[in-house]
Parts: sequence; structure tokens; C-alpha cells
Amino acid sequence: MSLTSLSIAELQAQFRSGAASPVEAIDALEARIAALDGRIHGYLSRDFATARALAEKADVSLPLGGVPIAIKDVINVKGEPCTAASKMLLGYTSTYDATVISKLRAAGAIPFGRCNLDEFAMGSSTENSAFGRTMNPWDFSRIPGGSSGGSAAVVAADEAFAALGSDTGGSIRQPAALCGCVGLKPTYGRVSRFGLIAFASSLDQIGPFTKTVRDAGLLTNVIAGRDTMDSTSLDVPVEDATALLGQDLKGVKLGMPREYFISGIDPQVDAAVRAACKHYESLGAEIVEVSLPHTEHAVSVYYVIATAEASANLARFDGVRYGHRAQTENLLEMYARSRAEGFGAEVKRRIILGTYVLSSGYYDAYYLRAQKVRTLIRDDFTRAFEQVDAIICPTSPEPAFKAGDRSDDPMKMYLADIFTIACNLAGTCGVSLPCGFATTDGVRLPIGVQLIGQPWKEARLLQIAHAYEQATSWHKERPVL
Amino acid sequence: MDDQFNVRYTAQLARLDLTDAEIEKFQSQLGQVLSHVEQLRKVDVSAVAATAHANAVTNVFRADESRPFFSQETVLSNAPRSANGLIVVPKVIE
Repeated sequence: MSLTSLSIAELQAQFRSGAASPVEAIDALEARIAALDGRIHGYLSRDFATARALAEKADVSLPLGGVPIAIKDVINVKGEPCTAASKMLLGYTSTYDATVISKLRAAGAIPFGRCNLDEFAMGSSTENSAFGRTMNPWDFSRIPGGSSGGSAAVVAADEAFAALGSDTGGSIRQPAALCGCVGLKPTYGRVSRFGLIAFASSLDQIGPFTKTVRDAGLLTNVIAGRDTMDSTSLDVPVEDATALLGQDLKGVKLGMPREYFISGIDPQVDAAVRAACKHYESLGAEIVEVSLPHTEHAVSVYYVIATAEASANLARFDGVRYGHRAQTENLLEMYARSRAEGFGAEVKRRIILGTYVLSSGYYDAYYLRAQKVRTLIRDDFTRAFEQVDAIICPTSPEPAFKAGDRSDDPMKMYLADIFTIACNLAGTCGVSLPCGFATTDGVRLPIGVQLIGQPWKEARLLQIAHAYEQATSWHKERPVL
Repeated sequence: MDDQFNVRYTAQLARLDLTDAEIEKFQSQLGQVLSHVEQLRKVDVSAVAATAHANAVTNVFRADESRPFFSQETVLSNAPRSANGLIVVPKVIE
């Protein structure tokens, strides 16, 4: 068995017993990536020289000592590129570490590679990358999900032990489901966003992609916590996210939202998630039906709020201080042309939509109204969490779809996020983990089950996820590559 | 859908040059998205407060103290054009 197939916890056991060293882990990754990534294209850049230097002096007694971590190319790592998969930032070099990177370094981890994504994290398939799409490791003709498709694909393909991504409307959970790994979106405010290129500031949250639920907890423990550089990160005590792993599910109540088990879901996804619910019952959990009555409005609310915030956040890309600059001698023309040349189609679409819903005369009708419906969506969750410890539902309505299938149909693409968006609007935590396979055109494609937990209760959420993971073997399956 | 939606004008507000082909395409694609968003009009929000953020945070203060910051060289390292420690842009005043 190759080193690269190990989980973080298994790799650390090898480090600590002396069976393997951090330098050997870097070497194994480099060989695996050299052999595979030409076909998968999960990485936009790698820096093995720096990684090896860090591995040589790694202290394996630290919480993540010597563990290499892949980083979505939208999180700043000092001295490395950070393109956001956009021509706008081609040639940009980060001048500082994001807070999550400082925290990883302090815990001994080694950031070594930059994962592909939809440009500026806008998309559900990673086809919006300006540098080419990422392949789903289970079927190269299919998409890995998005926007953190590179992070999901490299973990699923054993080209990384774990990765960081960001999740604004499902960008961690949906690709995790489609690639067959674990993806956690922490509670909004749990993890600092300082150094994350902002897409929609009231929704963005950084989180881990891992091979196991335990690993997701290990990474969360390191990156969580209040940061004075991000005033939306909250001063809530950071509980050990792995503290409850292994505890049984006696007394745990899970809610199946009736609005999430609807016609239109792929029948194999529906069957697998229902089977997971049954399995939970056999593990001692109680399954009840709950209602999230404003679910049908989540996609609309999201595409107003997220694009509005994006149009404001992306105003900074004007060709002046960094990023692409168009060659012209007129300042206003320089702004408009730099942005026209630097941004891809989906980013332009969202800037236009966001600018429109914020513009004079339309603000109340669209933006303010969406913020009010957001309150109703949040209240749905608050009420549901009075009855249950977590909500259980599909992560994605279907398994990975074929590349090109909907890349020119934004509305159809937006509906791919239908089950993940509400969690961001409510600001709570959610995790996707493998729960089976669909067979489509003769290929096996992973299916993910999503658990949405109460705010700040990541430890409880991971306990519930871990109980199912340990009772099944889905997470042990790997694509044949 | 909203017949006031005008991509050409909105693109000017956003300081974004679009080609005629892009304008035509976005007009139809985003028109579709806005039609979908129209369903929000059905929701009674008359007694609902807006949620701007998942966690209501107000007035986050920190001490007004100087802290280490980037060197001038670092700040300018990604600038498309710079000279004499300044970022160079096209002439603004005629």
C-alpha cells in the first residue's frame, strides 16, 4: 500500500512510529501527482522544493506535524501563486499567509500545492476555471463538482492526504459528495476568512476535505478560532471537534426534511440516502420528519445575496494595485477593459446580476427582499433544531454529471446547489460523507449524504457522521486509476 | 421577468466592458435567473427583519495601536506598473 492512500491519522501514526518520514510523504505525493495529475488536473501549481525543506525539519509531535495539505487556489500562502483560477490573477504572488495557513504552519502542517476551482469560486463543476477543468477521478468525462473541485479530486485520487476548500453555497460539500470524500463546512464565524479571496462575505467559510471524518475533525481543530483580522470570526470556545467520536447514537435525533426528499432527485441518490437513514436507525438514532418550509426559495435568495456581495468584493479587481491591467491611456477605460479581459463568463454574469440587484430602484425589490427571506430560511433551521440534533438529506440531487452538459445553462447549473445553499444562508455547519454508489452508463459514481448540524456543534455533527462511517465501508472505496 | 433589466447599462455601473454578443447572451440568461427570483415576491415579508449576516456582530473594536505592516517593496510587488515607490496609472486630470 502506498503512503499516499493513508488518512492523516494513519500517516501520523507512521511518522510517530518511525515507519515513514515527512520527506517520504512529500516524495510519495510528488510521484503520485507526476503520474496522475496530467489526467486529473486537480492542481494549478505545486511547490515541492519548499515543501521538502519544511518536511526535513518537521516536528511530528505537533498536532499536524509534517502532514502535507493541499490548498484551494483562493487562499493566500506567502510566496506562492494565488490565481483564484482566473486570468485576472495570473502572475500574482501572495505577500502574506491567510490565517488558516498561519495556523496550519503553527501546527506543523505543510501547504504544498494549489488546487483548481471554478474562477473566484463561482460554479458547481470546476468548468469555470480559466486554466482548464478538473476531471472526476471516478470518470474523467465527468465533473468533480465545484467550486472546490480540485481539492475534492486530489483527495479522492490519493494525490493529497487532505485539502482545504471554501464553501459559499456548497462548494466543499457538493464536490466531496461527487468525488467520494468527506467535506465539512464549519459554522459561519468558526474559521477566519482573513486571506481567503472574498466571494460572498456573509456566506464564505473555509473547511477541510479529508478521507475520514476523524481527519476532518483534526483539521478543523487546527484552523478554528477567533481571529482579530476577521471581525466576523466569533469568540466562541473552540471545542475539540473529535471529542465525541466513537460515542454511540443513543438519544440522537435526526430530521429528514420533507422538502428535500422530492421528485426530481436521481432515484439512486434518493435510495442511497434513505438507506443511510435506515442504517442510522439500526445504530440507535431516531429518525423523524421535519419541515423547512422556505426551502423552495433558497436558490433565489442565494443568487441575489451571493452575487450582490460578489459584485462589491470583485470591485477591487480594477487593474490598479495588482492583477491584470489592460493597456490603455484612459483610466476609466483601463478599469472596464482590465475587468473585461481578466474575468471569465460566469464571473461577469454574476457581477452583472449582483450590480443590478443592488442598483438604485431595485435594491428593495431584490436585495432587501432576499435578505428578509433569508431570515425565514434561518428561522426554519432554528425551529427544526429544537426537535433534532441534525438534519439528514442528500448533498447533491444527482451524482457527477458529464462535463459540458450544462456549462452554458446557468440556471440549470445553479440548481445543482439546491440542497447545500440553505446551510450557508442559515450560517450553520454541514458535512458530506460517502453513503453509496450510483451506476450510470456502466461506471460507479459516489453518492454523498449531508448532515446539517446545529450552529457551533461541529463535535456533535462529526460524532453522528463518524458513527455511520465506521459502520459502513463506503469511505474505503477508491477509484481505479 | 423584470423588463427594466438592462445589461448594457448595468455593465457600465460595474465598470465592465462587454461585447455585443456577451450583452445579448447575458440578457437572456440572467433574464431567466431573474424570472426564477421573481418567486420571492410571493413570500410575505411584511413583518420580517432582514438578515445581513448569519451572526449579528456589531462594533468590533481593537486598540488603536501601530502594528508591523508590509514594506513598500512588498506592497508594490504585484503592481502592474510602479515607479519611485508609487503605483503608476493613466493620467486622471487633463
